[in-house]
Amino acid sequence: MQEIPLTQILFVSTALFFIGMYGLFTRRNLITMLMSIELMLNSVNINFVAFNKYLFPNNLDGLFFTLFIITIAAAEAAVAIAIIINLYRSHNSIDVDDATEMKY
Amino acid sequence: MNISSILFYAISAFILGAGILAVTSVKIFRAAIWLLFSLVGIAALYFWMQVEFIAAIQIVVYVGGIVVLIIFSIFLTQNSGKEMKSTPNGKKIFSALAALFGTAFIHNLIVHYDGFAFNSAEPFNPSVDEIGTQMLSTTSHGFILPFEVVSMLLLAAMIGCIVIAMRPAQSNSETTT
Repeated sequence: MQEIPLTQILFVSTALFFIGMYGLFTRRNLITMLMSIELMLNSVNINFVAFNKYLFPNNLDGLFFTLFIITIAAAEAAVAIAIIINLYRSHNSIDVDDATEMKY
Repeated sequence: MNISSILFYAISAFILGAGILAVTSVKIFRAAIWLLFSLVGIAALYFWMQVEFIAAIQIVVYVGGIVVLIIFSIFLTQNSGKEMKSTPNGKKIFSALAALFGTAFIHNLIVHYDGFAFNSAEPFNPSVDEIGTQMLSTTSHGFILPFEVVSMLLLAAMIGCIVIAMRPAQSNSETTT
């Protein structure tokens, strides 16, 4: 357990965050952009748990932040999917390129 | 190199590989399934870090809730076997370069930072007993206020989803009576 230093866990979460950022930049479909955002939120959760475990083992604040982030991510995903389904009803497409009414 | 390190590297490779496939797959349903595998891998990483409660929450909420919701919305909004419109290559290259630069920059910062104050003297006790007591306590380390605020947020999100996704009422329904 202690053979793996904290920095290697941080590398994993950094790489996962930038994978999510790459997806957010290249995808044009709203559902896949939402999936990229979920990956980025998860990388932040890994960081919270790792810092809590390695640096501050005497209290559990990082775990509680992780719990609340998971809860808020669930609420965010539900609202986002409701908006996406509504957009699909009015535009028949969920590409960001097709929803340009509020541009400029 | 003992069994714990090997497990860590295997889990990390699994998470990152599934994550890369989730953002590059051209079929949207396959992307959702790769996201599912990536989230299961993150739950395995939590098990490896011996925070079993967070791992269980990860599986229940993400794998059982959010990914299922995403798959349902894929079925509702489009043909899941169809390939998505591909992005232009220039944009892909730019995004990959930006992501690689960001990864290298943060990697460099982490490698050269040596101010982590490791504290391995005290035991780390993330049992469900401890988490539950601390979450509902009103003392200085209690989390009762965010707990209540989050419950109001969930209620608001639930009502908001119902209102947004509700089919609008027929406009001539009251005039016909």
